[in-house]
Amino acid sequence: MGKVKCECGRLNPAGTILCESCGRALTEKAKQDKLVDMRYEGSARRSQTYNKTLIDKVWNFFSSVKVGIWIIVLLLVAASFGTILPQEFYLPSNVSAETYYEDVYGTFGKLYYMIGFHDLYNSVWFSALVAALGVSLVIASLDRVVPLYRALKNQRVDRHETFMKKQRFFAEREGKLEPAEWEKIKEALIKKRYKVRTENGALLAEKNRFTRWGPYVNHVGLIIFLLGALLRSVPGMYVDELLWIREGETLQVPGTNGEYYVKNNGFTLQNYKAGEDPEVFNEAIDRVGTVAKNYQTDAVLYRNKNNEMPGAEPELTRVQEDSIQVNQPMKFGQFAVYQTSFRQDEMKAMHFALTNKETGEEFGEVVIDLFDQQAAYDLGGGYKVELLGYYPDFDGFTKEGEPTSKSPLPNNPAFLFNMITPETPDGEVSFAQIRNTMEPLGETTFKMAFKSLDTRDVSALTIRKDLTLPILAAGGIIFMIGVIQGSYWNHRRLWIREKNGQVYAAGHTNKNWHGLKREIRSVLEGTSVPEPEDRQKE
Amino acid sequence: MEKKKKRLVIRTAILAVLAGLVMYTLYTNLTKESRGSLEEGDEAPDFVLRDVNGGTHQLSDYEGKGVFLNFWGTWCEPCKKEMPYMEKLAKEYEGQVEILAVNVGESDFQVENFAKQYGLTFPIAIDEGKEVMDTYGVDPLPTTFMIKPDGTIDQIVIGGLVQEDQLRALFERVKPSS
Repeated sequence: MGKVKCECGRLNPAGTILCESCGRALTEKAKQDKLVDMRYEGSARRSQTYNKTLIDKVWNFFSSVKVGIWIIVLLLVAASFGTILPQEFYLPSNVSAETYYEDVYGTFGKLYYMIGFHDLYNSVWFSALVAALGVSLVIASLDRVVPLYRALKNQRVDRHETFMKKQRFFAEREGKLEPAEWEKIKEALIKKRYKVRTENGALLAEKNRFTRWGPYVNHVGLIIFLLGALLRSVPGMYVDELLWIREGETLQVPGTNGEYYVKNNGFTLQNYKAGEDPEVFNEAIDRVGTVAKNYQTDAVLYRNKNNEMPGAEPELTRVQEDSIQVNQPMKFGQFAVYQTSFRQDEMKAMHFALTNKETGEEFGEVVIDLFDQQAAYDLGGGYKVELLGYYPDFDGFTKEGEPTSKSPLPNNPAFLFNMITPETPDGEVSFAQIRNTMEPLGETTFKMAFKSLDTRDVSALTIRKDLTLPILAAGGIIFMIGVIQGSYWNHRRLWIREKNGQVYAAGHTNKNWHGLKREIRSVLEGTSVPEPEDRQKE
Repeated sequence: MEKKKKRLVIRTAILAVLAGLVMYTLYTNLTKESRGSLEEGDEAPDFVLRDVNGGTHQLSDYEGKGVFLNFWGTWCEPCKKEMPYMEKLAKEYEGQVEILAVNVGESDFQVENFAKQYGLTFPIAIDEGKEVMDTYGVDPLPTTFMIKPDGTIDQIVIGGLVQEDQLRALFERVKPSS
């Protein structure tokens, strides 16, 4: 396939419909059409031309707008399926997705899970669809913008009359134009901000060609947006971690590679109070009881100088102190720490009193830190309590009679005590829980009476870093620029040509034909150039 | 014809770049879950932890010997079951394969009490901030990393080792060949 030579002498790329230069129809179909199809200026879309190798076939597939639209439709439909039931990452953390969907939503839920809709947006096929859209955007754009650019750049001022005759706006008459008339038209056009070129008794006035690039700028924005989304999966670009931290604890900030530590100096939950706070809350307080005013974690951020190795004793230097509230994160470096959730009143320490069961006399109180116990608590005067065992989440006894704990969390703490007193120097064994004591090794004189409980709150902080945001923003802005560029201007052209005693006039715009008609009318008013008529109405 | 060749080259190049990007995205998305977690053959990350007696244990100190790196908790039933075998083999393989048991951040009292109850003599370190556990990506307990004398991971065993033979086979594999 070589080039197509036009009668005017121009060599056009194979597949060209209208000569890039003079505008003559080059294909049989175009020659017979009453009006030419001006989309892409009748240029040769490359995909239409070469279809020999596998590369060409792949290229042509993605170049097709029809294919692109199908991909979009499929994406929309697929994405909508993901919204029918909650996605896996929204499930409570203590349930298994495998059983959750069936338990809650029945057979439909089971099916939903089996098909894989529970994690739709991370699935291979969904990612592949998004990728296909990206590829389609790039190739379809390239395949159109290059020939279009060529065609508009190479267009000649004196288009062939057959080209003009096949324009939607066209008129002709016999006669000639006076030089004064040419000048008048030119001036009027320049006033309307047209770029005017004249050559060989022909005139081409053109304005707002840049609006034709709008869709492609728009696509560039979309591609940048997709690239930004792609970068999220690159390590170091995006961090989204959750940290549960108890009051008083200092923990490593996840996602910072051990560089930062955070301390929870206290969690506060405030509610609106009827009477004190603005009246607008009264109605809601009456209805639901409490309305939260503030969730706050007072946090101290430290930098660890000794983070070479996991487990190494951290060397902390204070960096900053902040009150983290909902929507008011603590920011440091590229990170932001948000208040996400909380759990109130987790058990922290328990108070027991060594008590004579009969007399009720108490011989001192022991405070047992549920996170750091001692082997023995000396009460003085020969009274001493030894801790034989601690079961933070007591779950019952084994067959051998050994107490067991089902987790390391102090949900249901139980203790095995050995009580040594002057009366019982060998000790008496007592098994104590909150409001419950047992005597596994026979009746005792003393008991560990539960007195009180210290609690503290646990706060959940979200640590987030997102370096892709500027890229997403840039993509979004470029996208909008493209939309505006393509929407608010029209690419308008007017051709006037005098040839062999005939005056031809033709007009073209990519949209808003009515506007073009009015503009041409005002430009040609008072001249002998025939006013182009809209011939598509017929 | 020159032009046609050029076009094919350009198209191939563009498609190759796009295919590369797509493959990379799919790959990173699909391996998101397992990224960062250790696999057999990887270098075992070095760490340092203190034990209940105040001593410190650094993994790299064990270079030249096999290491049975075990993560455990006092509440975990299968952990309790494998401890007696560990104790037995620790003595048998002394100087060749060392046991380092890492408790996942419980109190000194609980760890000491447990060690006393089961008569454990091998070193037990406490991972207070769960930093080592996170580094090694340990989820269910117990999890055992068999580390070869050259510091690479030979095997990762998730779950309890309920038979002495199982442990012995693991020990044999990481024993220094001399």
